[in-house]
Amino acid sequence: MAGLNKSDMKNPVINWIDTRMPVFTLMQREYGTFPTPKNFNYFWNFGALAMIALMIMIATGIFLAMNYVPNTGLAFDSVQRIMRDVNYGWLLRYVHQNGASMFFIVVYIHIFRGLYYGSYKYPRELLWIIGVLLLLIMMATAFMGYVLPWGQMSYWGATVITNLFSAIPLVGESIVTWLWGGFSVDNPTLNRFFSLHYLLPFVLVGVVFLHIAALHITGSNNPLGIDVKGPQDTVPFHPYYTIKDSVGTCVFLLIFAILVFFFPNFLGDPNNFLPANPLQTPADIVPEWYFLPFYAILRSVPDKLGGVVMMFGSIAVLFVLPWLDTSPVRSARFRPIYRQLIFLLVISVIALGFVGAHKPEGIWVVIGRVATTYYFLHFLVILPILGKLERPRPLPESISRPVIGPGGSGGGPLPGRAPAKPMEKP
Amino acid sequence: MRLARFALLGALVGALAAGPALAQEAEAPTPPAQKWSFSGLFGTFDLAAAQRGFQVYESVCSNCHSMRLLHYRDLAGIGLTPEQIKAVASHNTVPLGLNDQGEPITGPALPSSPFRSPFPNEKAARAANNGALPPDQSLMVNSLPGGPDFVYAVLTGYKEPPPGFNLQSGMNYNEYFPGHQIAMPQPLQADQVEYADGTKATIEQEAHDVVTFLTWAANPEMVQRKQIGVRVVLFLVLMTGLTYVVKRKVWSDVH
Ligand code: HEC
Ligand code: HEM
Repeated sequence: MAGLNKSDMKNPVINWIDTRMPVFTLMQREYGTFPTPKNFNYFWNFGALAMIALMIMIATGIFLAMNYVPNTGLAFDSVQRIMRDVNYGWLLRYVHQNGASMFFIVVYIHIFRGLYYGSYKYPRELLWIIGVLLLLIMMATAFMGYVLPWGQMSYWGATVITNLFSAIPLVGESIVTWLWGGFSVDNPTLNRFFSLHYLLPFVLVGVVFLHIAALHITGSNNPLGIDVKGPQDTVPFHPYYTIKDSVGTCVFLLIFAILVFFFPNFLGDPNNFLPANPLQTPADIVPEWYFLPFYAILRSVPDKLGGVVMMFGSIAVLFVLPWLDTSPVRSARFRPIYRQLIFLLVISVIALGFVGAHKPEGIWVVIGRVATTYYFLHFLVILPILGKLERPRPLPESISRPVIGPGGSGGGPLPGRAPAKPMEKP
Repeated sequence: MRLARFALLGALVGALAAGPALAQEAEAPTPPAQKWSFSGLFGTFDLAAAQRGFQVYESVCSNCHSMRLLHYRDLAGIGLTPEQIKAVASHNTVPLGLNDQGEPITGPALPSSPFRSPFPNEKAARAANNGALPPDQSLMVNSLPGGPDFVYAVLTGYKEPPPGFNLQSGMNYNEYFPGHQIAMPQPLQADQVEYADGTKATIEQEAHDVVTFLTWAANPEMVQRKQIGVRVVLFLVLMTGLTYVVKRKVWSDVH
């Protein structure tokens, strides 16, 4: 009987289950008493918010799928039927449509948090890599979802993006034909996109699970970027962070509701109110806002293959970021130069967003190229060198003693394995 | 730090300012903003205007434009009674499937019938309109970037072409249509319809009414959506406040 769990659960039924299958003990350990740094700011809400967004997408998506018809002749009208004839169908659809935007806003802020506070550094590299993987799956899901309503932008967006693969030398054309299931974006494409659009969110759920599993081994980072020294630095997850996440959730839902109920088409493209028409190309083909920076990178490179490589490269660099950034200090609070540059990176990405929304002409080409250059320079050149040159500010002793002792330089040890010395210029 | 924040703000403002400036390079002037009953957070459809607009649609636009996503029963949404809907539907002859001999039959529409389409297919529509296709009007207001203001501007924007303007045959000059050439002949004339409620049918009045109707047709859920929205937002504001108070209390013992 060695395998039985000694459960502390009071309720006899729960105790009986927990003795045989300790899921309640697990939840208690991982979400109840889980020791969590006590100095989180509201940036630490965004992981929980992303999980909520994912659940909302799955819940609304399943009900949409009950009335959606994945056929080129019927898809557009079936979505309109959802909007007009299904009880509260407009609500389901507007929540799903704007939910994708909310999901991306939340995830982008979550990523920024990671960049600013150095959450990708030792020992959280794997956690970070799983996160980048989540971003990729999410992008694929959103891209295929956008094709489903079969409007003009659905069709032409799908055509442009799938065509990118034709830039691959030798096998490109065959890959595109294989992706399409034919010689253009057509019914087989729509069918497989629907199938995958239904599948990938559940893959996402699985990978989120791994993300959390990895997190609960390393523990959370915190705004100071220093390690937890003992129980005085932490509080149990519940009730402290359950209630703090609830505040964030309320604000998230509030913004979400304003979007859904009052501006449901603000982020959408008017062209998608027209049914797909393979014979009529829209004046300008633009993706949804959350893809614009990547689209801008694609169009900033004069060569097609080069553009595709750079576009995928812009995400690929994130995978290796833990090894590109050579500084042992995590939080930007203690890295005076990095702290400026990270804002420059944010400006570049936002600028790229605007560039992506405009025809690649005139000033937009210039801005696009400058911003693209900075993006890659930041990760590939500046971060490796900066870690060696920058002189970090002294780190606090511990989370519970954030005030730096007399003398100013009497900081605690640096995080990370190596007792790396910041560059001391004589 | 400060500097970077300022730069961020500057970049944002710059990009936002550059956006519209570039858009203005397009040929047509921006349509002037009109007063609509349905705009704003609490705006609802002026049902009388929407009903007059339906009258304009029935007697004018529906000769060329289809509205295939609507059914006659939907007109309950602009306040028509079941009897009125039955009457309106029965004035229209629509295909009613096959008879017992397997021949296609037509007959008066039922409330459950989709709106009658003026042409059986795209080819017939083009043939009757000098090769141009009158687009379906179910979602027209939403699919045009300028929305209701743009449709209103096009309907009231017919003018004599300026001297020297090269108007192609079969085209009409319109101040607000991109390129100023539109295949649709001026659809509205003063007193083209006689309003049952005695409203004077000027071109502007007809345009205003039909745009109200078209906006309803494209967004029939709007009023319900906004009403629910107000309640949901109020509830969430309350919840946010309450949750924040509880959070403060829970955290009061952490130093
Ligand atoms: C005689 C047939 C005819 C009638 C009647 C008619 N239209 Fe049109 N309409 C057309 C055609 C043809 C086009 C396409 C014009 C083009 O592509 O240049 C058009 C285009 C339009 C457009 C521009 C759409 C776009 O994509 O920019 C609007 C708006 C419009 N019609 C509204 C109306 C309204 C409202 C009415 C009723 C008051 C109406 N039309 C009546 C034939 C007609
Ligand atoms: C990661 C989560 C998800 C994301 C990011 C996502 C994204 C999207 C997007 C951007 C659209 C197009 C919206 C529009 O313009 O109309 C869409 C449509 C759709 N999605 Fe999803 N989705 C997700 C999960 C799901 C799930 C789990 C299902 C089904 C179980 C689903 C079913 C559908 C259906 C049926 C449509 C077509 C109807 C419509 O266009 O509104 N989605 N999705």
